[in-house]
Amino acid sequence: MSETLLLEAEGVSKGFPGVKALDDVHFTLRHGEVLALVGENGAGKSTLMKLLAGIYTPDAGRFRLNGEELHVAGPRDAQEQGIAIIHQEFNLMTDLTVAQNIFIGRERASGGVFLNDRALNRRAQKLFDDLGLALDPAERVENLTVARQQMVEIAKALSFDAKVLIMDEPTAALNDAEVDVLFQLIERFRSPEHGVIYISHRMQELERISDRITVLRDGRYVGTVDTAATSQREVISMMVGRTIQGEARPAASGHDGEIALAVEGLSTKHLLRDVSFEVRKGEIFGFAGLMGAGRTEVARAVVGADRKTAGVIRVHGAEVSISSPAEAARHGIGYLSEDRKQLGVLLERSVRENIALSALSDDFSAGGFVRERRIEQVGREYVDKLRIKTPSTAQLVQNLSGGNQQKVVIAKWLVKDCDILIFDEPTRGIDVGAKEEIYGLLRELAASGKAIVMISSELPEVLRLADRIAVMAEGRLTAVLENADATQENLMEHATRFSAEGTVAR
Amino acid sequence: MTTQPETTPSTTAFRAIEKGGPRFARLRGSIQQLLAGVSLVLILIFFSIASPVFFTANNLLSILVAATTTGILALGTTFVIITGGIDLSIGTGMILCGVMAGVFLTYWGWPLWLGVIATILFGGLIGLINGVNVSILGIPSFIATLAMMLVASGLSLVISGTKPIYFTEHPGFQKIMNLSIIPGMRFPMGVLIFIIAIVIAAVVLSKTILGRYTFSIGSNRSATALSGVNVKRWEITIYTLAGLFVGLAGVLSASRLSSAQPTGGMGIELLAIAAVVIGGTSLQGGKGSIVGTVIGSLIMAVLTNGLRIISVPQEWQSVVVGIVVLIAVYLDMLRRRRA
Repeated sequence: MSETLLLEAEGVSKGFPGVKALDDVHFTLRHGEVLALVGENGAGKSTLMKLLAGIYTPDAGRFRLNGEELHVAGPRDAQEQGIAIIHQEFNLMTDLTVAQNIFIGRERASGGVFLNDRALNRRAQKLFDDLGLALDPAERVENLTVARQQMVEIAKALSFDAKVLIMDEPTAALNDAEVDVLFQLIERFRSPEHGVIYISHRMQELERISDRITVLRDGRYVGTVDTAATSQREVISMMVGRTIQGEARPAASGHDGEIALAVEGLSTKHLLRDVSFEVRKGEIFGFAGLMGAGRTEVARAVVGADRKTAGVIRVHGAEVSISSPAEAARHGIGYLSEDRKQLGVLLERSVRENIALSALSDDFSAGGFVRERRIEQVGREYVDKLRIKTPSTAQLVQNLSGGNQQKVVIAKWLVKDCDILIFDEPTRGIDVGAKEEIYGLLRELAASGKAIVMISSELPEVLRLADRIAVMAEGRLTAVLENADATQENLMEHATRFSAEGTVAR
Repeated sequence: MTTQPETTPSTTAFRAIEKGGPRFARLRGSIQQLLAGVSLVLILIFFSIASPVFFTANNLLSILVAATTTGILALGTTFVIITGGIDLSIGTGMILCGVMAGVFLTYWGWPLWLGVIATILFGGLIGLINGVNVSILGIPSFIATLAMMLVASGLSLVISGTKPIYFTEHPGFQKIMNLSIIPGMRFPMGVLIFIIAIVIAAVVLSKTILGRYTFSIGSNRSATALSGVNVKRWEITIYTLAGLFVGLAGVLSASRLSSAQPTGGMGIELLAIAAVVIGGTSLQGGKGSIVGTVIGSLIMAVLTNGLRIISVPQEWQSVVVGIVVLIAVYLDMLRRRRA
């Protein structure tokens, strides 16, 4: 019995027209174990998940659950056979309540017709009590924070008497404190009958939560290692097939440049209170903080996307009044949103069109007509300059990887002559290898005299890149630290310094 | 390698990021209905002051009668709109159903009850075809129902030979809409049927599994499918339900005129959709209510009636209705932006 594995994949292959997404992949999940599944984007992790969810069927190979061959007919069937999957994109109906979401498709309608929401809420409440979650069953999901929506997803997955819980990047939208809550849940779920497959890009998390790590690359199995006996760098080099430089910190620099952007006493109606900071040319200025602390709001208020109630903004020493992102761009401030796909690029348009978009009316048109040749020329120039991996400038942006999409956004702002660039979560959804490249690019941009503001939820990323780090909590700036003085611990300390517990330090 | 702080203030963090209480959030949902309701009352007050004949039992009843057919169409189409779809075929579909009532009752001489049921089911068939086109064939609902709108419009003319069909075999047919059910008052049966239809639609939308999936599909179609709900089947059911309301509206409109008029119908669907939208149902899907739709229908009917009573030329009436739609949707967007 102890030799039976909880879940086993053997020689699994899956092809799509033109691509072999999975090629002879195998892995094993033992009882009571957390198995991390890692690999760069395109390594085949999500295809593997979709096979287990019954969304695709494998071309070859088989899965075994507790020694018995597993056939999954569809998402519902997967759930009923004890395979619960939390997808990377939230699968919640935001207009429905928490309880309605959790039991969708399993309402136990009386006579198959009439619903009883009170009974549904009771069922949900009991589930939350068992899981130790503080959620209101009757709350509409759209009113919940991202972290709480994640909790709803997990509660939903666990409500199907799941044997195997599969999580795809569950912490992508969570801050460190919320990650802890998630990990407590995983620990509680882990038992001799249960197992977890945990897909993530975040190496630190894998060390905390996983027992073993299985690495995929380009749809193939690379290897499985014991987490405790393996360093992060080894895992990363297995993923990318090459070694990656370590946790370097920026050399102290960039402090002597002139002040490019100065913000004084910035406040907004709802969140921000008296936020002041300065960013110099050649500097990367990081923003750390928990989700909802107001980092993105600072960026949005600075570029005029949100209305500010107080505050002065100076660009290169001159006071400016900015009431829209277009005006911000005219003053040379570019904002690269965390939601790249929605707010950063036009997915269904070409690389060169995207690059030319912001500057279309200045540089790429004459008498109202678009100058295609100039767009192609500049597009090519930036594809080369930023090393955007694309077969041509006519390629649609949706066919590019996340990292290359991000580069297109950067190119767009560079073409617009922005010398103050605000990056909101610049590496979200970008795989490890490409992250390194984005980091390098940010450094290069700073070195070339741009002033860079970088907002990130990943403390290691902030520490790695930012020359100075501002920490926010509850809409206030609680600290600005030199990189040399900053550690994950003291950043976290400042990030959790809520006003109720003391006054704001500065 | 990474030392996390020993005690992470997870609960504090959660509390800190919560915006507003849950109770407040829940209240917000009904504000648009409230807004529409208040608007209706204000419009009623305005016309009552503007004209002495407006606020009389007879006139209010004629408003209800006028609201009946468009209102019933709006009820059905509320479901479709909440799923994120649209149904443009309800206007000419209603006309075609009226013609079919003529075929069943006058041409084929079916008994009254059978003809009426067959007509309602025929509406369901139109909806079923719409549902299959949208759900199985994957044709965008705008296109699928636009095509059905044209087909129904043409078929009405073809089947009737472009002439009205009179219900000569069944003089009782016109009573379905017009029979006075309260002695001494002109309270027609059609209005009672409208009220019953409202109750049925409200119960189905808020209390049944069909209603739940209507919201769920509109809120996030793929997530609903991933949750193991047979989205296609339910979508077809929802379009079919909307079609049944079309069939009912067809019976009532033909009954009101004691004849099946094969022409017209185009444009009624837009009035019904306008009523739904005024009532706060979102064209993006996921949000909406029957109460809102009823208020929306009444606002439209009161406006048309009141403007006529205070002698605003008919040409101007649709201008006013158009502006009301703009204001209603804009207010709804303001509310959403603030939320």
